[in-house]
Amino acid sequence: MIFGAIVAGGTGTRMGISDMPKQFLPLGKEKKPIIIHTLEKFLMCTELDFVYLGVHKDWVDYTHELLKKYIINNYQKKIFVVEGGTTRNLTIINMINKIEENHGESSDHILVTHDAVRPFLTLKMIENNIENARKHRVCDTVIPAIDTIIESTNHDFITTVPARKNLYQGQTPQSFYASEFKNLYNNLTPDEQNNFTDACSVFVRNNIPVKLVDGAGFNIKITTVSDYRIANSIIEGDIID
Amino acid sequence: MINCVYQLASPGNFSIKYSELNLNTSLIIRPLYMSICHADQRYYLGLRDMKKLREKLPMALIHESVGEIIYDPTDTYKPGHKVVMVPNSPDKNYKTNSIIYENYQKNSKFLSSGHDGFMREFVDLPADRVVSVNNIDIKISSICEFISVAVHAVERFKNIAHEIRENITIWGDGSLAYVLSCVIQNEFPGTKLTIIGKNEFKLSKFWFADNIYLTDDLPKNFQTDHAFECVGGDYSHDAINSIINHINPQGTAILLGVSENKIAINTRDILEKGLTFVGSSRSGRTDFEKAASILENSKIQKRLEQIIFEDAPVRSIADIHRVFKTDLNTPFKTIFKWEL
Repeated sequence: MIFGAIVAGGTGTRMGISDMPKQFLPLGKEKKPIIIHTLEKFLMCTELDFVYLGVHKDWVDYTHELLKKYIINNYQKKIFVVEGGTTRNLTIINMINKIEENHGESSDHILVTHDAVRPFLTLKMIENNIENARKHRVCDTVIPAIDTIIESTNHDFITTVPARKNLYQGQTPQSFYASEFKNLYNNLTPDEQNNFTDACSVFVRNNIPVKLVDGAGFNIKITTVSDYRIANSIIEGDIID
Repeated sequence: MINCVYQLASPGNFSIKYSELNLNTSLIIRPLYMSICHADQRYYLGLRDMKKLREKLPMALIHESVGEIIYDPTDTYKPGHKVVMVPNSPDKNYKTNSIIYENYQKNSKFLSSGHDGFMREFVDLPADRVVSVNNIDIKISSICEFISVAVHAVERFKNIAHEIRENITIWGDGSLAYVLSCVIQNEFPGTKLTIIGKNEFKLSKFWFADNIYLTDDLPKNFQTDHAFECVGGDYSHDAINSIINHINPQGTAILLGVSENKIAINTRDILEKGLTFVGSSRSGRTDFEKAASILENSKIQKRLEQIIFEDAPVRSIADIHRVFKTDLNTPFKTIFKWEL
């Protein structure tokens, strides 16, 4: 089976403008929460059997209320809300555990994981992820790096300036076989588990080739106040591409 | 949900509009294949009047498309069902038995003329604006709107032209003339069909017609009971006056060619012969239904395959430019898979 896994475990500490985690902030003229925009795009993908939402434990009830308010009845049965973990990868593990509990363990379960705060993804990106996960076991959505990236190991002076042509900015979705991710994650050291901020790092650590899938510049992650403003202006205005 | 709408911002320039799409009320359709119309090409190249361009752009192009149902609140169609989308959108007060066809209603909207066409990630339409084509080859279905325009012209003809229909002649050798000839032969199997055009290569595709003539090789005594004009542009003048010369008294001429400029025509002979000139433009839902049923005929499908050129899929804005450029160099219809 194929599952959407929307990661929304954050509590909004980076936004600093609201007590509400950023994935629940309203976006667009209809003031629909960001997470609902993202979820609706996943619901349009007929290849996905179910969509799981991993949210912080304090916001589980609130999320259920949002689903009742915004999601049409036909789609309610496709959605499960799971309590998130303390890290992004633990939230994914919690979702995998719940998937195995609900639908049985299987080495064929594919997970399309995505940040709740990237509501501009397209259906095509989800489909490309599914296709590439099937073909290459694991894939990551990226765009070529635009800015020159500087590395500084002492946080004071430049250590290296890597060649930009080989650099990409990671986005989501990231997609892979659920059981493989779980096994690899469980075999990491506690330090590695804490340091790896995304799922693909776990595969790279184990020398498993991760296929690149085309993302898009507009697939922005709404993390800061200015991102939030940009997102609202994108959705209400026209931008030349 | 946020929907990507690929608009022509100005001739040769596209922009993406991110608009909110409400899932509660409309059918959600994902376009799968599209076909380019001359009207789209005129916007893309900026060949329309500047005032009109300023009025209508930015706007998503394309009004010929087949898609799949993603969501249907009326439960008429299951997800994945293939449908063609009707770009004409009549006023909510329009009654289907109205004397005036839906495509000529003053308050009708047309998607890709002043309103966004089908170059979008998803299209939201009321249930009566889609027609099922689930059992028809998807590439052929992509030109269903184009067929429906020919069906509509024939419908107008049936209702207006007198019963002597031994000969019908089409002036023009392009895509519209081709599909019209298929529809006419389907509707009037006993009628002799003649095609008059300027391009020998294009005319050779009309092998199934009874007579084919180059415009400068038309016999002086050539006569036809009725005529369809599919020339348009600057040559409308020549075509319409040739029709007036060769059509029999009280004949009906259906005009389908679009011209940006005004055309001088021989009204003296129109009066003397008692001719009827009928404008025919676009189509409505019933024409789409008829077009879809015609497309189920495998013989007609094979004929239509002859005028379809499939370009590579569209996966980016650069690809949209590519298909419009390809279309300039293909003699008939350019279709492409929509993967945005």
